[in-house]
Formats: sequence, C-alpha cells, structure tokens
Amino acid sequence: MKIAKIQELLKAEVLTGEECLEDDVFAACCSDMMSDVLAFVKDQGVLLTGLLNSQVIRTANMMDMVCIVIVRNKVPTEEMIELAKEHGLVLMRSPLRAYEASGVLYYAGLGREGADV
Amino acid sequence: MSEPIRFHYDVDGENFTSAGEASVAVKKKLRQLGYPPDVIRKVSIAMYEGEINMVIHANGGAADVEVHDDKIVIILADHGPGIPNVELAMQEGYSTARDNIRALGFGAGMGLPNMKKYTDDMKIDTEVGVGTTITMTVNL
Repeated sequence: MKIAKIQELLKAEVLTGEECLEDDVFAACCSDMMSDVLAFVKDQGVLLTGLLNSQVIRTANMMDMVCIVIVRNKVPTEEMIELAKEHGLVLMRSPLRAYEASGVLYYAGLGREGADV
Repeated sequence: MSEPIRFHYDVDGENFTSAGEASVAVKKKLRQLGYPPDVIRKVSIAMYEGEINMVIHANGGAADVEVHDDKIVIILADHGPGIPNVELAMQEGYSTARDNIRALGFGAGMGLPNMKKYTDDMKIDTEVGVGTTITMTVNL
C-alpha cells in the first residue's frame, strides 16, 4: 500500500517526508509500548501510536520503518519532527483513534495475508 | 584477522530524550561499512534496548562496540544497582520500571528478552550495588 493511500484512509496531515508518499509499505504495527514494537521484526513499515516522545522516532528508525502515524490528532513535539526529518521518515497525524486507524488499514488489506492492496 | 574497529560512547543517564543516540550512531556507521540490513537491525535493536535500560535503571554508563571480521560485539557497562535476579529479569513481561517509565513507552519487560532474541550470544555480569556489564555478540 502506498503511504499516500494511508494518508487518505486515515484523513491524516503529513508533517514530514512529503516526498516519500509514493513509497510502498507492506505491514503495520500499533502500540504505545516501544519494547513491544521492537519485539516483532516483520518489515512493518508503519507505526501507529499515541505516544509522543523522541523514542517513537528512534524505535521506528531501529526497525527500518518508514512511516509513523500519531493517532487522535495529538501534536508531536518539535524534537520528534526534527528527528523524523533527520531520519527521512514520514510523520503524520490522524484524527482517528488507534483502534479505528488500525481497523481501517487492516480492512483495506495492509498487512493482511492474501489481501490485494 | 584484522584489528577490530571500535566505537565508544558515554550514555547520559540524566536525559531520557537523548537515550538511543549511541545506537543511532552505530547503525549509521554499520550502514557506511556496508553490513547487510538484517545484521544492522539486530545490532542496533539490541544495543538500543540496552541503552534505554542503562538510562532507566542505572543512571547511564558506557557503550562499546567492536566490529570484528566474523562478529560484532556490544559491551554495555554501568555502575547501577545491579540485577538481583537475572532469571526473573529475563522473563518476558517482568519489569521493575516505574509507572513514569511506562508512560514513556518502555518498561514492558521486553528489554532483556529482546536483547537476547536479536543476538547470538548474551552474557550478563551483574552484582547488586556494584553494576552490570552486558556483552552481546552478533555473528557475521
């Protein structure tokens, strides 16, 4: 699924990495516990979280993820935005709640085996 | 066997915001050296978890990385409180981190298990009241 499609589905505002919206991602992970994110290497691609601190960006970077979606329209810190730029990550914020955002992407086929996205 | 390439970092225990900077730097260096992405990911995730642990539990410490021909060795040494029960600490989900750390996204009790999972060998030398040294090896 293209990151641009994720933006559209989640009605998200893109904060960094606009130039990467045509990149493809194949799976997603939703958690506020970064150690749980770090436990599952699966070329996730997208991290959905409601957590706001610089470790969110570092965790995504460690996992080679390319896109972070902040849910419930929370506003990331300046530091997060700067770090996301530095690591070339797409950072966006969506008005949807974590449960809804995950459901929307899953229903659209992201990370679902056999789904055509 | 050529001389290993060594990197040294001091991990600041006062600053949670900057925790992980050493791991980011190592990841960048390993990329420049041309190592495969899966090796880089294993090394950097294991080191990152260790670095976070040093900040959460031990007021910082020192991180050393040695790049050998056949392996990468990560040594994390601190003068923190030590780990009273290593077996318990190795269990997924067991954590002594306080709620304020959980609010930051860590303290899920996955740190040490993740470090073991992503490395080929992990050795914990710890003494209560003295400190902990964790040596992790990723084979190339």
